[in-house]
Amino acid sequence: MSLEKPYLDVPGTIIFDAEQSRKGFWLNQFCMSLMKAENREKFKADERAYLDQWPMTEEQKQAVLARDLNWCMRTGGNIYFLAKIGATDGKSFQQMAGSMTGMTEEEYRNMMINGGRSVEGNRHLGEDGDAQPHRQPQGAAGKKA
Amino acid sequence: MAKITASVFTSHVPAIGAAMDLGKTQEDYWKPLFAGYDYSKQWMKDNKPDVIFLVYNDHATAFSLEMIPTFAIGTAAEFTPADEGWGPRPVPKVIGHPDLASHIAQSVIQQDFDLTIVNKMDVDHGLTVPLSLMCGELDPKKDAWPCPVIPFAVNVVQYPVPSGKRCFMLGQAIRKAVESYDDKLNVHIWGTGGMSHQLQGARAGLINREWDNAWLDQMIADPVGCANTPHIDYVREAGSEGIELVMWLIARGAMSDIVDGKVQGPAPVVKHRFYHVPASNTAVGHLILENA
Repeated sequence: MSLEKPYLDVPGTIIFDAEQSRKGFWLNQFCMSLMKAENREKFKADERAYLDQWPMTEEQKQAVLARDLNWCMRTGGNIYFLAKIGATDGKSFQQMAGSMTGMTEEEYRNMMINGGRSVEGNRHLGEDGDAQPHRQPQGAAGKKA
Repeated sequence: MAKITASVFTSHVPAIGAAMDLGKTQEDYWKPLFAGYDYSKQWMKDNKPDVIFLVYNDHATAFSLEMIPTFAIGTAAEFTPADEGWGPRPVPKVIGHPDLASHIAQSVIQQDFDLTIVNKMDVDHGLTVPLSLMCGELDPKKDAWPCPVIPFAVNVVQYPVPSGKRCFMLGQAIRKAVESYDDKLNVHIWGTGGMSHQLQGARAGLINREWDNAWLDQMIADPVGCANTPHIDYVREAGSEGIELVMWLIARGAMSDIVDGKVQGPAPVVKHRFYHVPASNTAVGHLILENA
């Protein structure tokens, strides 16, 4: 019998469950190492060499180098661990979260000041809210890329 | 005997700590948020507890993926504010209460909650931001937090987190444990985290003001019903990180109106209630309840 995972049909969302955790173990442990100032320096000095010390998949390393947090998450990353990369880059949590939406920093900040993203149309896959797959990317940052 | 007299509930957004540490609290963006805690800071002075039992979650700080305890109680003499990647927050060291903490651990485990006992850990913004909000800015060297703090960490990082129902029952067990402690101590229990927020994916930035406030109403008036909210409702309605709200149910379950799992005593008094959007990515909710 398989486990019940009702959260798989929430759009634009990856729940960090045991399966994701297993997939992302080394990616997240690499992130954890960035809590030490000397490791942050080593990583910044030569990112590729630092990543190569970890038994991560090549895809995980590419996702980190690209600073593509959605890609990192798909390969098993968890946002609280990935936040250590953002901290190393001097980014705030808002900048990190916003980067996953395709919005510019300003667009995302304004959305939050105006009350945040609405849940309407974003509860289940197949609805028509702004977080649905067919409506990505959402902002000017994603369109440029 | 020791007694829980009040519960405090608040979100613990890291940017709130940063705003305080960098002296930005009077900026237009932050002013309305901090104004919501003016009452609370005065209330803390007027109702100074002997010990705070602080329920929070660790954000990949003390616990990496090497160990993921569902419920962990800090029994150490002191806890250092962690370097989460931005450098440690400039706040006083957190002084524990090893004797009461060990007593609670023993009693709660004997009530069938298998706690993890932690004798060494750093504490992150999940614990220090609520303290800062309730106590104001303090000098890391010259000042001290008003009383000892027992950190109680709940896993809300890796799914599944404990159910709301389980958290609510645990709160009741903690109250029993506190009341079986001989020394006369005034204990506050705090539930932190939430409210609606999502920090990931295309749905990042989700806020659900209506749901948050309905949930708060229910947590105050019908905590048993509120504790039965399934995980998926939090995820769908309050965002993937909104699930932190289960931690509030531990503090709610420890209030004296809950007897044998049901509301049987007089309802707690709502001393203060505040809600604000946004703090960074998050809806901030805050509540102070006193036992009637």
